[in-house]
Amino acid sequence: MIWVDTVIQGVLLGGLYTLFATGLSLVFGIMRLVNLAHGDFIIFGAYVILVLVTWMGLDPFLAVLIAMPFMFALGYVLQIVMLNKVIGDEILPPLLVTFGLSIVVQNVLLEGFTADTQRIHAQELQIASVDLGVATVGVLPLLTFGSAILVIVILQQIFYRTSLGRAFRATSDDPVTASLMGIKTDNIFAIATGIAMVVVTISALYLGMRASFDPAIGPARLIYAFEAVIIGGLGSFWGTLVGGVIIGVAQVLGAAVNPEWQILSGHVAFIIVLLVRPRGLFPKAGL
Amino acid sequence: MARLDIQNLTAFYGDFQALFGVDIGLAEGQTVAIIGANGAGKTTLLRSIAGVLNNDAEMIKLNDRPIGDLSADQIMPMGVAMVPEGRKLFQSLSVEENLQIGTYGRNVAGQWNLDTIYELFPILKEKRLVSSTALSGGQQQMVAIGRALMSNPEILLCDEISLGLAPVVIRDIYAAFPRIKAAGVSVVIVEQDISQALAVSDYVYCMMEGQVTLHGKPADIGRDEIHDAYFGSLPSQEVGA
Repeated sequence: MIWVDTVIQGVLLGGLYTLFATGLSLVFGIMRLVNLAHGDFIIFGAYVILVLVTWMGLDPFLAVLIAMPFMFALGYVLQIVMLNKVIGDEILPPLLVTFGLSIVVQNVLLEGFTADTQRIHAQELQIASVDLGVATVGVLPLLTFGSAILVIVILQQIFYRTSLGRAFRATSDDPVTASLMGIKTDNIFAIATGIAMVVVTISALYLGMRASFDPAIGPARLIYAFEAVIIGGLGSFWGTLVGGVIIGVAQVLGAAVNPEWQILSGHVAFIIVLLVRPRGLFPKAGL
Repeated sequence: MARLDIQNLTAFYGDFQALFGVDIGLAEGQTVAIIGANGAGKTTLLRSIAGVLNNDAEMIKLNDRPIGDLSADQIMPMGVAMVPEGRKLFQSLSVEENLQIGTYGRNVAGQWNLDTIYELFPILKEKRLVSSTALSGGQQQMVAIGRALMSNPEILLCDEISLGLAPVVIRDIYAAFPRIKAAGVSVVIVEQDISQALAVSDYVYCMMEGQVTLHGKPADIGRDEIHDAYFGSLPSQEVGA
């Protein structure tokens, strides 16, 4: 029974990694932009929520609602003034720019908040648990996983049921022909980054409530996000969930054997999947 | 009033000049064919009109308004829809979604909507939920035409509709043109297939090496003149006007 419990904890942890990965997957899927600052934006979002919670005394879940439109706007503006100018046929410029952004964000946070570790406090929620029969699970991990599912369902609805979603997919297929449909592709890219930043904010909330964070831990979150996206297959949201869960389960299983193996076993699982299915488990045609 | 008035249009790809002072007019409800060999500048001309290529503002006027410097997403809402060369359907979208996205920048009531497009090309209704990649070339071309019509454009630009299609399929697609024209839309047809282009158009321009070498009404132009304008080096001339 201990193994069942371990796997369940791993699946729930996978929910957090899925949230990390979904924003990355969204941006890559629409504009082929690999955002190396993604992990740092998650940490940035955590500090935004932290400020609202500690200085203004807001409930974390209220704080995230306020942070979301702010982060959307930040993503939108960032795309318009900077990222739209570097995406194109060449793959290197966006990588360099987002790599630079990553360093800038880390150092801004370091200046503003020092290197001290921080945590978003949510009182009893952090220790609350429910008994599922086979295992007792924390309410917070359960909420995290539920939020990941909800985010994916909502994104799927946007992508496949709305006019905006059609524009997303059309722009992803062929930006020039999309502009012949009257689609302002710069604007579409900016909305996509804005939505990705909203997902980033949600993952920041759960990251900050689950464990302590400091300005330097963004790049490690980026790695987990990358691995989840690549395991799932580029551009597939449900695949990203599977990828996140695989990383989560591998980490928790590894930690159950030996606590030193937690991070390592996640990476090993990633490499095994990559060896067996180089294009991921659910590859999307054309990517 | 001329729907479209193109004067002394020059266009470049970097340092390479593709158009050397092209003059073309399009009246309301008129269908103009632009014929010429590969590399004559026909597609460049359409891309300039649609805004994919930018030029000086005054070179292209739409309803007397200079539009030469506007981008494609600005020009399309003014009522210029393009059927691009090679069809360029969106692979991630179903047939119906490909049609629906035609109204993204311009959603005006008019003769054309999903129902009337399905009436024009009944096969598309059967295939409405499949991916656009699962269609034959002719069916894909129907979707591309339908997608352009969905915005109820004032001007329809058709780039090489017959390219890569069997003659019988080309005939089927051109059979839809009388109905398209009946709606009052002005049409610019770029073609290498001269016979189809001459049959449906009111006026013909023949281009070679980035210039108009011959223009006139189809009835007034002889095959030999077209041959010379296509391959020879005749100076620009007007026939029968």
